[in-house]
Amino acid sequence: MSTATAPPPKAPNLNRIGLEVSSYKGGKTTLCAGCGHNAISQRIIECFFEMGIPPWQVAKLSGIGCSSKSPAYFLSQAHGFNGVHGRASATATGAILANRHLITMVVTGDGDTASIGLGNFMHMLRRNVPCIYVIENNGVYGLTKGQFSATADIGSTLKTGETNELPPIDCCLLGIEMGASLVARSFSGDKNQVGAVLKAAIAHRGMSVIDIISPCTTFNDHDGSTKSYAYMKDHDAPLHAVDFVPYFEEIDIEMEAGEVREVVLHDGSRLRLRKLDRDYDPTDKLAAVRAIHDSYARGEVLTGILYIESARKTLIDHLNLVDEPLATLPESKARPGRAALEEIMEELR
Amino acid sequence: MSITEVSPRAAGRSQERERIVNDFSIQVATVNGSGSQTANLVLMRSIFQMGVPVSGKNLFPSNIQGLPTWFTIRASKYGYIGRKKEIDFLVAMNPETVREDVESLEAGAAVLYDEPLGADRFRSDLHFYPVPFDKLVAPVCPQPKLRKLVRNMIYDGALAWLLGIDLEEIRKALFKQFGPRKAKAAELNWGAVLAGAEYAEKHLTKTDPYRIERMDRTRGKIIIDGNTATALGAIFAGVTVVTWYPITPSSSLVESMMGYLKRYRTDPETGKATYAVLQAEDELAAIGMVIGAGWAGARAMTATAGPGISLMSEFVGLGYYAEIPAVIVDVQRVGPSTGLPTRTQQGDILSCAVLSHGDTKHPLLIPASPEECFTMMEEAFNLAEEFQTPVFVMTDLDLGMNSWMADPFPYSERPLRRGKVLTAEDLERLGGFARYRDADGTGVGWRTLPGTPHPAAAYFTRGSGHNELAQYSERPADYINNVDRLARKFESIRRAVPRPEVLIDDAASVGLIAYGTSKYATEESRDQLATEYGLRSSYLRLRAYPFTEELVDFLERHARVYVIEQNRDAQMMALMRMDLAPELAAKLRSVRYYGGLPIDARSITDEIVLQEGL
Ligand SMILES: Cc1ncc(C[n+]2csc(CCOP(=O)(O)OP(=O)(O)O)c2C)c(N)n1
Ligand code: SF4
Ligand SMILES: [Mg+2]
Repeated sequence: MSTATAPPPKAPNLNRIGLEVSSYKGGKTTLCAGCGHNAISQRIIECFFEMGIPPWQVAKLSGIGCSSKSPAYFLSQAHGFNGVHGRASATATGAILANRHLITMVVTGDGDTASIGLGNFMHMLRRNVPCIYVIENNGVYGLTKGQFSATADIGSTLKTGETNELPPIDCCLLGIEMGASLVARSFSGDKNQVGAVLKAAIAHRGMSVIDIISPCTTFNDHDGSTKSYAYMKDHDAPLHAVDFVPYFEEIDIEMEAGEVREVVLHDGSRLRLRKLDRDYDPTDKLAAVRAIHDSYARGEVLTGILYIESARKTLIDHLNLVDEPLATLPESKARPGRAALEEIMEELR
Repeated sequence: MSITEVSPRAAGRSQERERIVNDFSIQVATVNGSGSQTANLVLMRSIFQMGVPVSGKNLFPSNIQGLPTWFTIRASKYGYIGRKKEIDFLVAMNPETVREDVESLEAGAAVLYDEPLGADRFRSDLHFYPVPFDKLVAPVCPQPKLRKLVRNMIYDGALAWLLGIDLEEIRKALFKQFGPRKAKAAELNWGAVLAGAEYAEKHLTKTDPYRIERMDRTRGKIIIDGNTATALGAIFAGVTVVTWYPITPSSSLVESMMGYLKRYRTDPETGKATYAVLQAEDELAAIGMVIGAGWAGARAMTATAGPGISLMSEFVGLGYYAEIPAVIVDVQRVGPSTGLPTRTQQGDILSCAVLSHGDTKHPLLIPASPEECFTMMEEAFNLAEEFQTPVFVMTDLDLGMNSWMADPFPYSERPLRRGKVLTAEDLERLGGFARYRDADGTGVGWRTLPGTPHPAAAYFTRGSGHNELAQYSERPADYINNVDRLARKFESIRRAVPRPEVLIDDAASVGLIAYGTSKYATEESRDQLATEYGLRSSYLRLRAYPFTEELVDFLERHARVYVIEQNRDAQMMALMRMDLAPELAAKLRSVRYYGGLPIDARSITDEIVLQEGL
C-alpha cells in the first residue's frame, strides 16, 4: 500500500485507530449500476471504518455469484477468498478454526445459501460459528442471468413472465430455528438499518445471519417482483428503529422507559431498539418466529433485529480451543515430544 | 517355501511325518458381530509374542451383525506377510458357510470346528478336530448373556494345544488386549481359553503337520493398523485442523486420532485443545473446511474413501488453482457405496491424480506399511505447505484396517517445512509482494496469512482468473502464465516426493513394479518366480506420483516390466503411459488383482508365468 506523504489541505477524517476511510475501500465494482449489492459494500466500508477495526483483522469469504464478487469491492486490506458455489460456510469455518481471532465475514447470495449450499449453511448455523454471514438476497441468480432462486416468493414473476409457484426458503427462520445467535433482516436501501445491524454483528460473538433484500436491477426489479426497490419501499415493515451505540462512545441519549429495549453485546456495545407501532422482544425465539409468519399474512417484509441470544456457546467454545491461533501455534505445542512417541510404541509392543 | 523335516516324535505316522513349522495360514470363519475379533487378535498376538512374523486380515461384510466374516492369520518364518491364497488351518464356526469353507480347502488342511456343524461330513482328506463349544462354555461362563462373547476364546485354547503355542503367551496377549481396566473380563475369557486347551489335550489327537515354534524375528516390533499409524503420523507432524465425514475404511483413522490428540495435544497449562477435530456434515464441507483452514495457515487434513473423494472434486481443483495446502488421506476401498465398501482396492489412483476439472494434477504419496503411513504424513504436510497445493496420501483398506507387524516409528527431529509465508516484519521490509509470482524458480510464490497485521498483507484469493499480483484478470496471457507456472511447480514437486524403493538384479531382464500394499505379495512372488521357475527379476516400489527419474531408469534397464496393482483398469500403468516416452511405455505389462481381497503372491506368480510363457 502507498500512503500519501504530502500534507493534505484539509485534515483528513480519521477513525479512532487513525485510519482514513480509504483504508477500508475495495476495488472498483464491476456489478451493474444500481445493484443492491453495491450499497451493501458501502455500508460494510463505513461500519468497519466507524468501528475502528483494523482491516487486516478481517477475513472476507464468499461463494460464487454477483453477491460473492462483492468482497473484492470493500476492505482491500483484508484477505478475501472467492471460493466455490455455496460453500463459503465451509471455507469460513475452516478459516476460523485456523485463526479464532479473525473477524470473519461471509458475503453470499440467496442462490449460494438457500440452494446449493443450504445443507452446509444449516450446519454452520447449528454450530453457531462466530461469523458475520450476509445474504445479499435478490430472489434470483444474478450471475447466471436471472433464474429464480429458492427465496423467490410465491407469485413473484421473472421478466420473462414465468411465475414462481413454490414456497420461499426464509434464511432468517432457518437461522432462528437452527441456532444462529443473531438474526436480522434488512433492505439494502435502508442505510441506517443496514449500518446498525452490521455493527451489531461485528460486536456480537457468535453467528450473525443478516438477510438483506438487495434488488437485482438487471433481472428482478420489475413489477411482479417482490424483491424490487419499489416493492420494498411499500412493504418494508421495520420492527423497531435500530440504534447502535459502540462500546467506545459515551451514552448520551436518555432512555424513555417502555419505548426502548436495550441489548448489551459481547464487546460492551449496546443495541437500542426503539419501539415503533408494537413492542418486540428480540430475545424471544417463539415470538420471533410468530412475528415473521404474521408479517407474511400481512404481506409485509419484517426488518430489524429479529432474534438475538448473546450468551450462546460458539463452535470455538465447544472445541475448547487454545487462545492462540492454531495456524501459528509454535512447534513445541503442535508436536508431542519423543517420550510421547515412545510411550505409544511401548503400548503397541 | 516350507522346510520339511522329519518329526522324531511322529515317526511311523505318515500324516505327522511332515512338520510344517511357522509357515502356514489360519482362517477363522465366524458370523459378523459374534465377538470373535478379540479371540482372533489374541491368537495373532500370541504368535507374534512367540517371535514368529505374523499378519492378520479381517475379511468382513458391509453389515453390523449376522453376515459371514473371516479372519486370516498368516505365520511366516520368512517374514511374508501378504495374504496367502491357500488356507492351511480352518476354524469353522459359521453354520452358514461351513460347507463352502471346508470344500475350498486343499487336501491335507486341518479343520477345528464347532462339533454340531458336522464339518467332517464334507471331506475325508482333511484333519478334523471337533470341539463342543456350547458344552465347554457353560461351566466357565455362568451368565448365559456373556457366553456368546466368551465362547470364541475356546478355539484359542484348543489351537494353542494343537499348534504348540505357549498358553502363557495367550494369557499375556489376552490381558494386553483387555487392558488393566477390564481385568475381570479378561479373567473370564481366560477360563474359556483353559477349557479349550484342556479339552483338546484330553480328547483330540494331533494328526496335522502345522506347528508354531519360538523364533526371534519380532523382537522390538509393534502391532498396529495403518489407520492408527497415519493418525499418529499426522499428530507428530503438527496437524491442527482435522475435518471429516465418517466412511469405512477411513473412520477409524480419525477416531483413533481423537483419542491420541486428547492425550498428547491438550495444552498442559490451560487444559485447552491445540487442535480442532470437526465432524462435518458431508465431504464437501470437510474438504471446504480444510481448504479454508489451509488458506488461513493451519496444517489441515481430512480422511475419506472413494465416495468422499468424488464429492471433494470441485474443492480440490480450487485448492490446486488457488494454491492452498491440504492433506487428504484416501483409504481406498471397492466402490461405489453399494459396491463392496468393506473390501480393499487400489481403485482411486487415476481419479486422485487428476481430480477435478481443468488441467489439474496432484501429488500422491503411497505408503506400503504402518511405518510409511507414519513418516509420509509429515512428508505430505511438508509438501502441501511448501508447494501450496493439495496432497493425497493413498492407503487402502488392507493397510488401514488390518493389523500389521511393524518396526517402531522413528521420532522426527526435523523442523516442519511450512513454506513461503511472509510475516508483517517481512512485509515492512519488502513493502509488498506478488502472491502468484514464481519466487525462486520452483514455481512457488510467497503467501501471507489472513490476520497478518500489515496494510500490505492482504491479497484476494480466487481460482485461476488472476495475474501475478492476485488481481482479477481474464487476459489469456495472464492465464497461460499462471497455469504454466503451476506446471513448473509440479516439476519441482517431482524432485521433492519420496523416491521409489529399487532392487536391481543385474541378471534380470524382467522388472516388477508394485506400490502400496501390493508390496508384500510382489516381494513373495519374486521369490516364487526365482525358486520355482528360475525367473530372476528386479523390483521397483513406487512411493509417490509424480514419477521420478528412477522409474525411467528402471524401464531402460529391463526388457519387460510388470506393473502389479489392485484394480481392473491398470490405473497406475495408465498414468505411466501418460508420462513416459512411447518406447518405454511399450515395455509395460500389467498384472492385476481386483476381487476385493488383498492381493496374494500366487496370483501374481501365475499371471507372470503365463505372460512370460514359462
Ligand atoms: C457447482 C456450480 N454450479 C453452478 C454454478 C453457476 N452459478 C454461478 S453463480 C450462480 C448463482 C448465483 O446466485 P446467487 O447466489 O443468488 O448470487 P447473485 O448473483 O444473485 O448475487 C450459479 C448457479 C457454479 N458456479 N458452480
Ligand atoms: S445482475 Fe443483478 S445481481 Fe448481478 S450485478 Fe447486475 S444487478 Fe447485481
Ligand atoms: Mg441472488
